[in-house]
Amino acid sequence: MRKIFSRFVTALALTILIVLSACGPTAPVVPSGGGGSSGGTDSTEVPELPDVSVPSGGSGGSGSGEPFVFGMLLVGPYNDGGWSQAHYEAGKYVEEKYGASMVYLDKVNPADRPGTTPDQLAEELVAQGAQLVIFNSDDMKDASTTFAKANPDVFVIMASGDQVWEDGKVYQQIPNLMNIMGRMEYGKMLAGCAAAVSSETGKIGYLGPLINDETRRLTASAYLGAKHCWEQAGNDPADLEFKVTWIGFWFNIPGFTLDPVQVSQDFYTTGYDVVISGIDNSVNLPEAQKLTAEGTPVLAVAYDYINACDVAPEVCLGVPYFNWGPEYLKAIQSAAEGSWQSQFIWVGPDWADINNPDTSSIGFVKGNALSAEGATIVDALAADLASGLNLWTGPINLQDGTPYLADGEVASDQQVWYLPQLLEGMEGLSAAE
Amino acid sequence: MLKSRWSGLFFQLIALVLSLTVVSLILLSIGASPLNAFSNMLTGSVGSTRKIAEVLVSFVPLLLVTAGLLITFSAGLWNIGVEGQIVLGAIASVWVFRIFIDSTLPPSLIIFLSFLGGMFGGALWAALTGLLKTFGGVNEIFGGLGLNFVANALTLYLIFGAWKREGVASMSGTEPLPDSFSLDQLGELRISPTALIVAILAIVFVYFVLNGTYFGLKLKAVGKNFRAAYLLGIPTWQYSMYSFLICGALAGIAGAVQVAAVYHRLIPSISSGYGYLGLMVAMLINYQAIWAIPVAFFFAALNIGSIQLPIVMQLDSSLSGVLQGILVLFVLLVEGFRQKFIKRSSQT
Repeated sequence: MRKIFSRFVTALALTILIVLSACGPTAPVVPSGGGGSSGGTDSTEVPELPDVSVPSGGSGGSGSGEPFVFGMLLVGPYNDGGWSQAHYEAGKYVEEKYGASMVYLDKVNPADRPGTTPDQLAEELVAQGAQLVIFNSDDMKDASTTFAKANPDVFVIMASGDQVWEDGKVYQQIPNLMNIMGRMEYGKMLAGCAAAVSSETGKIGYLGPLINDETRRLTASAYLGAKHCWEQAGNDPADLEFKVTWIGFWFNIPGFTLDPVQVSQDFYTTGYDVVISGIDNSVNLPEAQKLTAEGTPVLAVAYDYINACDVAPEVCLGVPYFNWGPEYLKAIQSAAEGSWQSQFIWVGPDWADINNPDTSSIGFVKGNALSAEGATIVDALAADLASGLNLWTGPINLQDGTPYLADGEVASDQQVWYLPQLLEGMEGLSAAE
Repeated sequence: MLKSRWSGLFFQLIALVLSLTVVSLILLSIGASPLNAFSNMLTGSVGSTRKIAEVLVSFVPLLLVTAGLLITFSAGLWNIGVEGQIVLGAIASVWVFRIFIDSTLPPSLIIFLSFLGGMFGGALWAALTGLLKTFGGVNEIFGGLGLNFVANALTLYLIFGAWKREGVASMSGTEPLPDSFSLDQLGELRISPTALIVAILAIVFVYFVLNGTYFGLKLKAVGKNFRAAYLLGIPTWQYSMYSFLICGALAGIAGAVQVAAVYHRLIPSISSGYGYLGLMVAMLINYQAIWAIPVAFFFAALNIGSIQLPIVMQLDSSLSGVLQGILVLFVLLVEGFRQKFIKRSSQT
């Protein structure tokens, strides 16, 4: 009996362990993304259509018989209030605008779905009728390539990737694959600006996810925006501190990443009075709210999702967000109607109205905590960017002092996308130690 | 009557029905149809050849781990450290691949060497638990658990440090290995026949060792009564170490399979929780190797079938974990009752 009892207790413990690990991190996910802005205008690269057959497409969208079914693999929970939710809602947008139908699977990462791979899970979506599958995270880049090559009759969108960028470093001809990314560099510049004009201490913390091309260029963009507005507000550039702490993944995975809540708290308690989120969710907001309620007024900038400020509006300076809907709509429509082209799309905001849900791929919503004076400076930056100001203009040095852009030199798309290090003046790791 | 094999089966059926009932109640409480959920899980796991192949992908490492655990359980050891042993097997096999990455040797030979590496890595990690127990007096549960954490930390160190992808610091894993380092596949299906054969051979080997050799008999003697076995002249601590080594080697192969057949790189959760799941399977089958294949297949099918729940019904797929756990709990609970009745009836 005693043996059975001990087995029972062990089984109970194992069950709890397994279920907990299956439930995985509840935090959000964010992904990859960002886009750089070199020329100040949206640029969409359309490589020549390779001379290879592409899938024939589905049966039209609205109106013509069966709806076009598309699948979506989300790296985090569909309701993470961040990266994955932005994708999920874009899927809903396509359903509504085009009459297409979405099947999706969220929490597609090794911690939440042990023993599976994204390409395998994509096949599950195809089994449910999906004719096109969206892979929503940089974490799934290799798997999206594998899947696209193994399933040439299924359309694939790899968000935030660069596999089919002809001028990119890892170009491959994959006729049924498209890359889509918003030029979040602009959003991050506005985020950095909002942080700089609101900081009392001149110390800005950046909650970084993992280190790669995308996160380096986005973090650097936030810094460029912060520096620009810091100087616009008449401050000494030498007084601005901008520090990045990387947690190791797009969101918190207990035991594997640094805890982003803890990282935020460390920033706030060491004089950084504004923390910008760069991870797949905005867990810095509740932390800022808590500390503010306890008598230490601090502020936060959210990320990824249009309504991310809602969790703690009184400390939120704003949120740069992705609006994947318009580009997903175009891509899905092209797949359904037979005009699909494998291409790399890196699209900026609609400067006429960066918050237009039907035309702008990235946007910025100002938060309640942004002062009227601060808002004026942020608006001015947005207006300047719209009229051609490019903060990726030299002189710009890399973190180790190496000149990157000479005086007056404007960064090319490649220089922005593949930024090799953080920039001079930024504190934090540029690559793994 | 209660002692017969049939009554044991009958009681286990009761346990199965009870666990299905509890899971159904959970489903009903959130407004989902249990029938719908179970049928989705069924079609999602054995509804097509492709799905069965996916189940087998999960079944292979689970069976390997279960086979290993049957050995340590027979020796009376709770090898919770099996998770870490899978991880070390994976690390060692990736290491071998990295050594031979530019080699002109035939890829099949390199894959074979990576399996040997995996076996060695897993066995080494298990030996550490064994040594801690034998010479340090550290219970294998605590030693194993501690080493699991160390194994995870080592993986993270390698992914973020020594084996990092250029310019990247991400939990996503190391650079994928060349395609030539992948295990064979059965046509379009993801399952590797080689891996499947290795796993089946492993359980047959364990069955044979436990039921047909003096070694197995002595191992069981050590497990049943350590002191008596010692007095009978069995070198007890050596036998404990042997069992750790065998289990570690089998877990290490599971890690190598995860690398060469599934992930083709090192990732943080490379063990996929198969160690803990293997412990459940071993407990559920009451340490009888003969049942390992069907029960491991059933658990693997639950894992794969449950992916349908979020896709089709918007339910959380951790439900399969709940079902697996509840099932083991009920089987043990029911078995406890049966033993109690047997005891009572033999007293009267």
